[in-house]
Amino acid sequence: MTGNVRITDSTLRDGSHAMRHQFTEGQVRAVVSALDGAGVEVIEVSHGDGLGGCSFNYGFSGTDEIALIRAAVDEAATARIAVLLLPGVGTAEDLRRAHDAGASVARIATHCTEADVSVQHFGAARELGMETVGFLMLAHRLEPAALARQARIMVDAGAQCVYVVDSAGALVLTDAQTRVQALIDEISADAQVGFHGHQNLSLGVANSVLAYQAGARQIDGALCALGAGAGNAPTVVLAATFDRMGIKTGVDVPAVLSAAEDVVAPFIPRLPWMDRSSIVQGYAGVYSSFLLHAQRAAERYGVPAHEILQRVGEAGYVGGQEDMIIDVALQLQRQRDRDMATGARP
Amino acid sequence: MSKATAAIVGPGNIGTDLLAKLQRSDQVEVRYMVGVDPASDGLDRARARGVEASAGGVDWLLDRAELPDLVFEATSARAHLANAPRYAEAGIQAIDLTPAAAGPLVCPPVNLHEHLDAPNLNMITCGGQATIPMVHAVSRVTPVPYAEIVASIASRSAGPGTRANIDEFTTTTARAIEQVGGAERGKAIIILNPVDPPMIMRDTVFCAISPDADTTAITESVLAMTETVARYVPGYTLRAEPQFDPPGDTWSGWARVAVFLEVRGNGDYLPSWAGNLDIMTAAAAQVGTRLAGPLLAGTGRADAAGPRTSTAGAGASGVTA
Repeated sequence: MTGNVRITDSTLRDGSHAMRHQFTEGQVRAVVSALDGAGVEVIEVSHGDGLGGCSFNYGFSGTDEIALIRAAVDEAATARIAVLLLPGVGTAEDLRRAHDAGASVARIATHCTEADVSVQHFGAARELGMETVGFLMLAHRLEPAALARQARIMVDAGAQCVYVVDSAGALVLTDAQTRVQALIDEISADAQVGFHGHQNLSLGVANSVLAYQAGARQIDGALCALGAGAGNAPTVVLAATFDRMGIKTGVDVPAVLSAAEDVVAPFIPRLPWMDRSSIVQGYAGVYSSFLLHAQRAAERYGVPAHEILQRVGEAGYVGGQEDMIIDVALQLQRQRDRDMATGARP
Repeated sequence: MSKATAAIVGPGNIGTDLLAKLQRSDQVEVRYMVGVDPASDGLDRARARGVEASAGGVDWLLDRAELPDLVFEATSARAHLANAPRYAEAGIQAIDLTPAAAGPLVCPPVNLHEHLDAPNLNMITCGGQATIPMVHAVSRVTPVPYAEIVASIASRSAGPGTRANIDEFTTTTARAIEQVGGAERGKAIIILNPVDPPMIMRDTVFCAISPDADTTAITESVLAMTETVARYVPGYTLRAEPQFDPPGDTWSGWARVAVFLEVRGNGDYLPSWAGNLDIMTAAAAQVGTRLAGPLLAGTGRADAAGPRTSTAGAGASGVTA
């Protein structure tokens, strides 16, 4: 790490959700080249739902992710390429293929209460000689002390850093900071702590700063905030803010501004934004990547996306359960049809 | 009416639930419950149900004067791989609930009739037992170039074995979607959900189909299969009619049928939300019942393999620790 804090850019992984997993090799090369030139040390490239995410449930990739990883590795002069893996979706075999393609950082993600399903994958990653990062997703669902115990499981399995992952963009300031603090207390003798923020309640950057102040040394961002829900903490704003605070990230602010404005902005379908549905996600604690799936189900079944997301939050569905969005939409449709049949006001 | 005799090896939650189910069978009588830990609650539970139980392991089992016709293995893949040759040598037909997959992958309503003579039958995975009947229901009507299943289970129903090797679930299930379900290519996803009260097992089956496939015939086939499975898994239900979607722009020209399932357990020993465990024990009990028929009629494979008493050979009886 060249600075006080390391920014990992996830435009080409979390941003894959906003791109419906249709990144082209040309786009990947352009983004990697720009980020690498701006001094970003780690760049994550995978299907949005991690290796092996290419599916009906999460969306088929336009270009095979291994080909994209290989292109990213080829393009990066100094930056290292990271991949995400969700046990239960991808396998250790997928990780081996990504490693063969040149990926050198393995980020293993589980729901915040299920860290023990990652043990075999941390083992595989370490065996391959990869740097390891653990991802405790939907971290708002677990109290700080319990979250720290889950981080300990990952560290004991081989994680060199564990992230508090605010997948729903639901953590409000001290909620984020106390969780990072709890992880610092539990694992900082053995591993680093990271923070991954979303913008659903607009707090991605503020939470990241508070996480840094509590001791986090790895922070995730994305160019143009490209990511699930209302998007990720923008890499550009993180770099600029940390720079203003005198905290070194090693990222050149004008260069990364150009990466966002000149490389990413021209090809994205729309800028992620805090609209009704994504705010509901932050408010109700719903996994951010459910957004576009809910919008599609809303269109297909003629029910409002924000109501689907509200129900999904109440049911406590976790990352990966995108199929339940269709199930919820069907329930809402049936309810609406019943209401219409009985003359009840919808 | 005489019954085929059986042993259950592995007196844990699965073994105990399986015992409860088999004790309702008029085809199978569980004679022995076998473990390795004298302090096991499961052995006491079996004794309370009138079954001879021992912590003496497979050595003890193979030392019985009367060997069972069937053995149900509810231990671990590693244990089963060690035990399987010994059961085979003793002429005991094995029904394997572990991921060992030493024998053919079996899903009762799909391919059990092809493997009645197999010395060892593997029960695939919980997600496989729930979803493969549906993949088959579609593939018997129209070609399925790709099938994908998503199994959601309550965190509390995922034991340490599953957690330590979750890749085994995804790869074995994917293989069975192809080999048993009849899809050209299979993919399996498993999600653990910790919500409290625990969520009932849910499974979604997505099959790629031709845009001009006969949707009425597929729906009828799916509904018929649901009834077939519900005969041995009473809590197996469709959440909605099969959902058909025209080709999406990223679906390589395929259309899609989606089947949404709920598997509520019977609550025999395991809680009803643990439908994933229930469908394994229910499917295994179904296999046992089906195998018992030929055994009792004298046409089963066990007769062909010779007498099933340990006095017949020097094999197993000499190795008791």
